[in-house]
Amino acid sequence: MAVAIVKERWTGQVAEMTIGLEPKTLKVGGESTLPFLPFEGACPNQPVVGLEVWDMEPEDWPDILKAPYGDALADPATWARKCVDFGADLVCLRLISAHPDQKDTSPEEAAATARAVAEAVDVPLVILGCGSEEKDAALLAAVAEALAGKNALIGCATPNNYKTITASCMVHGHSVIASSPLDINLAKQLNILINEMNLPLNRIAIDPLVGPLGYGLEYAYSIMERARIGALTGDKMLAMPVVCLIGSETWKTKEAKTEDNQEWGEQARRSVLWESLTAVSFVQAGGSILILRHPESLKQCKNHIAAMTRAKE
Amino acid sequence: MELIGERINGMFTDIKEAILNKDAGPIQYWAKRQEEKGAHWLDINTGPTVSPEEQPAVMAWLVQTAQAASVLPCCLDSTSPAAIEAGLKVHRGQALINSTSAEQNKMDVYFPMAVQYGARLIGLAMNEAGVPKDASARAALAMELVVNADMHGLPMEDLYIDPLVLPANVAQDHGPEVIEAIRQIKLLASPSPKTTIGLSNVSQRCYDRRLLNRTYMVMCITAGLDSAIVDTDDDLLVDAAAATEILLNRSIYCDAYLKTFRQR
Repeated sequence: MAVAIVKERWTGQVAEMTIGLEPKTLKVGGESTLPFLPFEGACPNQPVVGLEVWDMEPEDWPDILKAPYGDALADPATWARKCVDFGADLVCLRLISAHPDQKDTSPEEAAATARAVAEAVDVPLVILGCGSEEKDAALLAAVAEALAGKNALIGCATPNNYKTITASCMVHGHSVIASSPLDINLAKQLNILINEMNLPLNRIAIDPLVGPLGYGLEYAYSIMERARIGALTGDKMLAMPVVCLIGSETWKTKEAKTEDNQEWGEQARRSVLWESLTAVSFVQAGGSILILRHPESLKQCKNHIAAMTRAKE
Repeated sequence: MELIGERINGMFTDIKEAILNKDAGPIQYWAKRQEEKGAHWLDINTGPTVSPEEQPAVMAWLVQTAQAASVLPCCLDSTSPAAIEAGLKVHRGQALINSTSAEQNKMDVYFPMAVQYGARLIGLAMNEAGVPKDASARAALAMELVVNADMHGLPMEDLYIDPLVLPANVAQDHGPEVIEAIRQIKLLASPSPKTTIGLSNVSQRCYDRRLLNRTYMVMCITAGLDSAIVDTDDDLLVDAAAATEILLNRSIYCDAYLKTFRQR
């Protein structure tokens, strides 16, 4: 007995964003259906997975997270190359040392680090600020200039600092990550504000603030789902690729940080599982760019994406 | 909620004179202005002073002139099939034919024309006997339109049924019947036909027309109204349509919802 597959008729689609330079450009977005339903619409681009690099050696990362990288953690350019060796589709450089509570590194110094990393690898770059809104405005402006023409994805812009960051990205040819704290209404509003400065819609990515498994994963999932359905029903202001900053969230959890114990088993397996499960959940919610920390999580996540994409054949 | 901007109509003096003098200026001014104010369609009506022989050429000129200034599609508003067809021939994109009634001889002309030109079609829930009062009688006429859409292969979502609202002062009992008719019309087929009304009719010769227009529009949207022929210069009306989309959870809220509703 033949079963007729019920297909939705969507009228909208997610904007397609290109990051990086030839020959290693990456395209994300462009979907005209829900994730992994190629019989119903276009799924032109797979989600991409990157690894996170810091501009200073991380002191409180668990040993099992430091171990795969070893000495590379002391030098961002070396660390970035190692990420590419591990199979990262892109490198995410987090300029954490610039935070006033860290080393308060100057924008010029941070820009120099960004340039060094850009010269070390040819995959596309995501550049994240230090998390202080005021510092990030100056910091990311300097970085945007230093990486002029490299078509990076720079974040995170918030309602308080988006003007400077957006202007720099427009002038120097980058895309912007617009960040909101688990609030779809603010996410939409921020996209509108950034686009009003004449940055094209396909140069804006959404960071909805993802929570790890057990710490709000489903909240971010539901926001991403609503945004995707909005995009597919014609809402251009939510029709952007979503960036999921996963590693920085999952490695804060006690499930990741607690050492081997009777109840919870081995830390090595548990922490990678936490990061991987969070990642594949957000792949299912429509995430296009996933930033992880552990190379094993990267491998698991990429295997999952390949299997989900292969399933249609 | 789709808004059909009513301003390019030869009954307005500036449009009538523009037609007479072949002056593109006023046509393009109103095309652009209605687009900026949030219209989804531009209603194009040659008006009462253009003779039947001249209507096709005037319609074609109006459509081309308007579309040179605006990205919007046109709603071709005429009782002359020749004029409608002349407009369809030069129209860029998918047009909306305004309109057929539920009289069979008219449906026999307009449904095939809509299918031939890939256009959408407004169908009036009236026939030779006029406009019935009862919601179910209106729905029965609507069913005739639905059956003809099905017969001719016009996609159901391309049929816009107008249950025909009458003025609230002299035909006050029709008001609630139209609302109920909209609700019933949406249930006539799956997928549903669309619905529309000429909103200004509800307030003809009434006090505070704009208040009546926008209040009635909101009431109708809740019952299933998909579109209306409106004055897009009425900012409060357009704002009310935007607010209704938010309140019915049809569009994700953001603080700039009044602006995004108007963007094309």
